[in-house]
Amino acid sequence: MKNSITSKRRDVLKTMAGFAASLLVPKVVRGEKASAKPFDWADDSIHYDPHDHKWGMGVDIDKCIGCGRCANACKIENDVPKEPFFFRTWVERYEVHENGETTIDCPNGAVDGFEKKSGDDDVLRSFFVPKLCNHCENPPCVQVCPVGATYQSADGVVLVDADYCLGCRYCIQACPYGARFLHPVTRTAEKCTFCYHRIVRGEEPACVEACPTEARIFGELDQKASPLHRFKRMNHIGVLKPALNTEPKVFYANLDMEVK
Amino acid sequence: MNNWISKIPEQIKLLAVVVTVIITAFLIVRPMLIPAGFGEQGHFRSGALNDAVAVQFKYAGKASCVECHDDMTDMLAGGYHKKLSCEVCHGPLAGHIDDPDENTPSFPRERTLCPVCHEYLSSRPTGFPQIVSQSHNSLKACISCHEPHDPVPPDVPSQCSACHGEISRSKAVSHHVDIECEFCHTTPELHKTSPRQYRPSKPQNREFCGQCHTKNSKHNTKAPRIDLATHETRYDCWQCHYPHLPEAR
Ligand code: HEC
Ligand code: HEC
Ligand code: HEC
Ligand code: HEC
Ligand code: HEC
Ligand code: HEC
Ligand code: HEC
Ligand code: HEC
Repeated sequence: MKNSITSKRRDVLKTMAGFAASLLVPKVVRGEKASAKPFDWADDSIHYDPHDHKWGMGVDIDKCIGCGRCANACKIENDVPKEPFFFRTWVERYEVHENGETTIDCPNGAVDGFEKKSGDDDVLRSFFVPKLCNHCENPPCVQVCPVGATYQSADGVVLVDADYCLGCRYCIQACPYGARFLHPVTRTAEKCTFCYHRIVRGEEPACVEACPTEARIFGELDQKASPLHRFKRMNHIGVLKPALNTEPKVFYANLDMEVK
Repeated sequence: MNNWISKIPEQIKLLAVVVTVIITAFLIVRPMLIPAGFGEQGHFRSGALNDAVAVQFKYAGKASCVECHDDMTDMLAGGYHKKLSCEVCHGPLAGHIDDPDENTPSFPRERTLCPVCHEYLSSRPTGFPQIVSQSHNSLKACISCHEPHDPVPPDVPSQCSACHGEISRSKAVSHHVDIECEFCHTTPELHKTSPRQYRPSKPQNREFCGQCHTKNSKHNTKAPRIDLATHETRYDCWQCHYPHLPEAR
């Protein structure tokens, strides 16, 4: 008697468990597992767990001399097509004129630096702004990708799965920062990866390596004793298009209100 | 039991069959469309991470040069170019690390590379050393006078204009053309060799400009006069008049 009662209870529990499990079915159908295990790299020399990191970049406008070595190094390191219009990072020159107008130029992404412009007599102030993918915490590009080919890794880096990308360009349209382009040969979306192949091996991104004035600072966001944390602490920080709520992880110091 | 089933209208039964077929087909086809490893790390194919790190290094990084060229890395670390990466001048050298004899670096001996950073551009931050290469010893290579790994002016300059070209050019066309820099800035001699360690003085108060510009100054008859007691007393003079190019209108 006693036994049958317990077994009935057990049945009830089983049914409830089954019901609870059925709620998870959509998860199972989507092929997602709740717990993420450390990643098993094909290259054995990599000992990097994406879950232990949170990357970001600081850019100090007051230190940028507009030499464009970052844009140049990026193209070389990542085999970005040499033609203009394909950039993973680039530098813009801003000129605020006395009549309040702002002009921006960016000859070939600044891969060869800048030249003096004639007729800049009425310039009130002028400065350089390095740009790249902001690796948003809420990336609009990831939201619109129909096949999950553009994604955010556990360390916050937004990447593209070139194997799986359809080349539909939704992500390129969705990016408010113009940080993406369609690779002319592979016809897949491309963008800055924070030099993912370098950072998993403990190296800095190529643009940071090339910068002669430490205008770019790369590092951990969740670590108190890091150059990036100190950079954020000691400067007035701005991000691009804050109103869009994309929560960029590229932080600008001494950012002018005119910068869009 | 039978009753219960037979009460269901025929069209609903048909519909149920159709729905079941669709759901079954979905359950069978979906896993076939989902690539291996999808969802293990997030809403993506986890193998994509392996693709992302499969890129070959082109830049080896400055730290990797120390092993074989510590003389050069030391020299660089002690000078103005301490923050420069070797490869920003010598080109990407990951291959050189693996096989130094096969992959030799390039040398920017011409006058093309240095101006990328040092040519005068009004957009560059003030204080960054700049030259106008057309007029700066235009016939010789930069490295014939400046050691690229420890660049300094070859001789201690006697003129302030050597390093403050922009300010000197402004002052030369201003009302203050006749006033020496040192009249307003007491400059230690060491400033010309270690400019950041030894700083010149700067005028501290309104009375300094008042020396020449106050109503009853005996100093200089040509200087236009103002009443120091009433002329815009809230601010220091140089918050409105740039001292190296003062304008009143
Ligand atoms: C494994 C040791 C090694 C490392 C690491 C290394 N080099 Fe070299 N490097 C050499 C050797 C050996 C030569 C001489 C090759 C020759 O003469 O053909 C050389 C030659 C050079 C030269 C040309 C010198 C000349 O007189 O022709 C430059 C420039 C240079 N290396 C720069 C670098 C830089 C920059 C790095 C760091 C990215 C670096 N090297 C890392 C071994 C190394
Ligand atoms: C500002 C650009 C610049 C940077 C930065 C730079 N070099 Fe050079 N390097 C040159 C130039 C130009 C020469 C050729 C000098 C000459 O021909 O007199 C040279 C020559 C050399 C040589 C061969 C000449 C010799 O005296 O043996 C070596 C080795 C070398 N560099 C290594 C390095 C290393 C290592 C670093 C980084 C620690 C570095 N360089 C950083 C511009 C640079
Ligand atoms: C990638 C950018 C870059 C390149 C290329 C470069 N420099 Fe520099 N240079 C710098 C920086 C940064 C400083 C340090 C400025 C400072 O301390 O504010 C500097 C400082 C100097 C100074 C010291 C100026 C002073 O205040 O006395 C001289 C001289 C100089 N460089 C000459 C050269 C020469 C010659 C070359 C070419 C062989 C060269 N530079 C190439 C970035 C560069
Ligand atoms: C070898 C190059 C060099 C020479 C020569 C030189 N300076 Fe400077 N001076 C500098 C540098 C570099 C700075 C620092 C700029 C910065 O930090 O933005 C500086 C800063 C200054 C400042 C600002 C100090 C401050 O605290 O803001 C004054 C004023 C100044 N110099 C005046 C002079 C005068 C006057 C002369 C001539 C007697 C002179 N300098 C000669 C390189 C030089
Ligand atoms: C004939 C020798 C000579 C040559 C060639 C030369 N310089 Fe200079 N350079 C000097 C001297 C001397 C100074 C000190 C200032 C002065 O007297 O003009 C100087 C100063 C500088 C400064 C410091 C300016 C400042 O505002 O702090 C820079 C940067 C510089 N040179 C870069 C270059 C570059 C880049 C080239 C090649 C395009 C070059 N130099 C070629 C002799 C030379
Ligand atoms: C009439 C006095 C006067 C003369 C002459 C003068 N200065 Fe200045 N200078 C000032 C004052 C005042 C400031 C402080 C400006 C400020 O804090 O905004 C200053 C600031 C500076 C600075 C700091 C950077 C800047 O632009 O604010 C430098 C560098 C400098 N002077 C260099 C020079 C040099 C070089 C000369 C000679 C060619 C010179 N000055 C001549 C009054 C003068
Ligand atoms: C050594 C004397 C002297 C000192 C010190 C001096 N000035 Fe002058 N200043 C003059 C003279 C002389 C003129 C007029 C030159 C002319 O008209 O050719 C003048 C002209 C001016 C003008 C008028 C420009 C115009 O458009 O009419 C202003 C504004 C001015 N100075 C501001 C200043 C300020 C601000 C300071 C303090 C940083 C200062 N001066 C320090 C001698 C001086
Ligand atoms: C708040 C801004 C401001 C400050 C601070 C200021 N000025 Fe002026 N100053 C002006 C303006 C605007 C004019 C032109 C209109 C006028 O004559 O009142 C002028 C005119 C002048 C003139 C030319 C007068 C003439 O008759 O041509 C001189 C000289 C002058 N200022 C010197 C100074 C001196 C010296 C100081 C510091 C004691 C100073 N100013 C502080 C705004 C300022």
